Amino acid sequence: MDEGQAAGPGQRSVEIGVTVATALFGLIVILGSMQVGIGWGAEGPKSGFFPFYLGVIIMLSSAVNLLEAARKSGDKIFADWSQLRQVLAVVIPTAVYVTVIPWVGIYVSSFFLIGLFMVWLGSYRIWYAFTLSAVIMIATYMTFEKWFLVPLPKGPFEDFLGL
Amino acid sequence: MEDIVSLFHGFAVVLQPFNILLMCIGILLGVIVGVLPGLGGANGVAILLPLTFSMSPTSAIIMLSCIYWGALFGGAITSILFNIPGEPWSVATTFDGHPMAQQGKAGEALTAAFTSSFVGALFAVIMITLVAPLVAKFALQFGPAEKFSVFFLAFCSFIGMGKEPPFKTIVSMMIGFALAAVGLDSVTGQLRLTFGFESLLNGFDFLIAVIGLFGIGEILLTMEEGLEFRGKSASINVRVVLQTWAELPRYWWTSLRSCLIGVWMGISPAGATPASFMSYGIAKRVSPRGRNFGKGEIEGVVAPETAAHAAGTAALLPMLSLGVPGSPTAAVLLGGLLIWGLQPGPLLFVEQKDFVWGLIASMYLGNLAGLIIVLTCVPLFAAILRVPFSIIGPVILVFCAIGAYTVHNSTFDVVMMLVFGIIGYALKKTNYPLAPMVLAIVLGDKAEEAFRQSLLASGGGLGVFFSNALVGSIMALGFVVLFLPLIQAAWTRMRGAAAA
Repeated sequence: MDEGQAAGPGQRSVEIGVTVATALFGLIVILGSMQVGIGWGAEGPKSGFFPFYLGVIIMLSSAVNLLEAARKSGDKIFADWSQLRQVLAVVIPTAVYVTVIPWVGIYVSSFFLIGLFMVWLGSYRIWYAFTLSAVIMIATYMTFEKWFLVPLPKGPFEDFLGL
Repeated sequence: MEDIVSLFHGFAVVLQPFNILLMCIGILLGVIVGVLPGLGGANGVAILLPLTFSMSPTSAIIMLSCIYWGALFGGAITSILFNIPGEPWSVATTFDGHPMAQQGKAGEALTAAFTSSFVGALFAVIMITLVAPLVAKFALQFGPAEKFSVFFLAFCSFIGMGKEPPFKTIVSMMIGFALAAVGLDSVTGQLRLTFGFESLLNGFDFLIAVIGLFGIGEILLTMEEGLEFRGKSASINVRVVLQTWAELPRYWWTSLRSCLIGVWMGISPAGATPASFMSYGIAKRVSPRGRNFGKGEIEGVVAPETAAHAAGTAALLPMLSLGVPGSPTAAVLLGGLLIWGLQPGPLLFVEQKDFVWGLIASMYLGNLAGLIIVLTCVPLFAAILRVPFSIIGPVILVFCAIGAYTVHNSTFDVVMMLVFGIIGYALKKTNYPLAPMVLAIVLGDKAEEAFRQSLLASGGGLGVFFSNALVGSIMALGFVVLFLPLIQAAWTRMRGAAAA
């Protein structure tokens, strides 16, 4: 990879961000443990006893990692913007996908996910992409519902078909 | 002797037609999982785990363990033909495997890789057959303090022997333990760390974490790298196979050494990836043809492949006999045991003889079947890799979602999968290891239970972990492994001072 030429967020700032996030997580664990008690009760160590120390270790280690990250040189980039755009091109449609599954079922949403991916990222013709996508979903339906008897979430479309 | 009888009984179980069918399906799925980017052994098994809920545990473990063998085999195909390691443990195979393919010797390289894998696995399975029952018998006497010390040793070896910065390993591991603690406390029955969210009542399932961290995270990485497959074509015919087989015995010493490295690294949870690198490195240093390494030397394929497979297989030894998995995939298999209602650990050898010996027998037969299947089907698998990522990518996403949903029939889990995926991507890019996190999620409850029971017995004193020779020495070993990098540095300095 050609560093320095392409622009993007620095590896150092992302690392610092991650350590802050892990420290925050540690803090949440500590607070949650204190709610249920971190001392000794009638039945021995209380529920918060073990997680409390986990939280403490997470925060201490995050502090070490923060110092390590801060000492790094700042010129290395995490990924350039075009790469991050590619990542978001997966994350955003997938986020929509997982949100609509409870309403339209997994088959219809997956049909659109695969089809749109093929059209967007692979520049396939629309009819080709969606035909293939439909074939994949029918095969999936047969495998899970008929052969392995595993029911998957369904929506109004499946109701309409009477499946 | 009794064990031999049990083993043959195990063979009889595996040789039932239905189980043989499952074995072949498992291997085929496994190779596909190993070949495709974004699907690895651990999440491949995790996604397919729900399919086995209706099977008997023995049939289920045969299919799932065969997916694992298949994935181990599959990694070599992409490494050699496409110079893209399908799995982290096959990175070292690219060093000499791909140059061989470029020189038109793809057939030889693949045959050598598959055969070495088989040899490594066979060595490890024989070791498991002989050693596992003894370890289990020994471990049956363990109390809570000894159990905790074994967990302690396992997790210390991640910190001391991993190649990632130790404090990042610690953070990753402790986050795993904390996630495992969310929900119902198994000792007191109290709810904790849920902050009033109903969907957190049952805590975080490690299968969701595995599918997200490894599956979705890997797809995001692949997207970022903009992977394009430009591979060498390969065909394997009988003549090439026989020629290569005639050549391989020459490297018996490399094989044996790699087997030993692999088995050692597999039992300690270092795993297959460091084993393959270490084996390659040592072979390069001691081989008379060491200077040709990296230019297409067959020995450079034999060494890492043997070690990776030996390690991958040996990782099942601590899982079966102690209930401590040696790799993420072994952790998923262990989770499977829990779901099928089996209690992993030494009692398995007493209470579930059929299951244990069926699994061990399927390791022998599964690897043999795997060798035959991969040798005959290479062109098919190479063709799968030529399917563009714009088709494979979303299909893998859909299967990850289906896998995540079917664990608890919950659409909330699918959302969590994506969250874990994004976290996995960020952590991987910033050099946090994911395997300790997954293992901690799986073992968290058990480790905590053992810890609290020990403290309860001692009235709160930590001295209980050094109260007898056995638990004391396991704990001490844990500390040695934990501070291994520091000890090594001090040792080198001392030697340097002595030499000067």
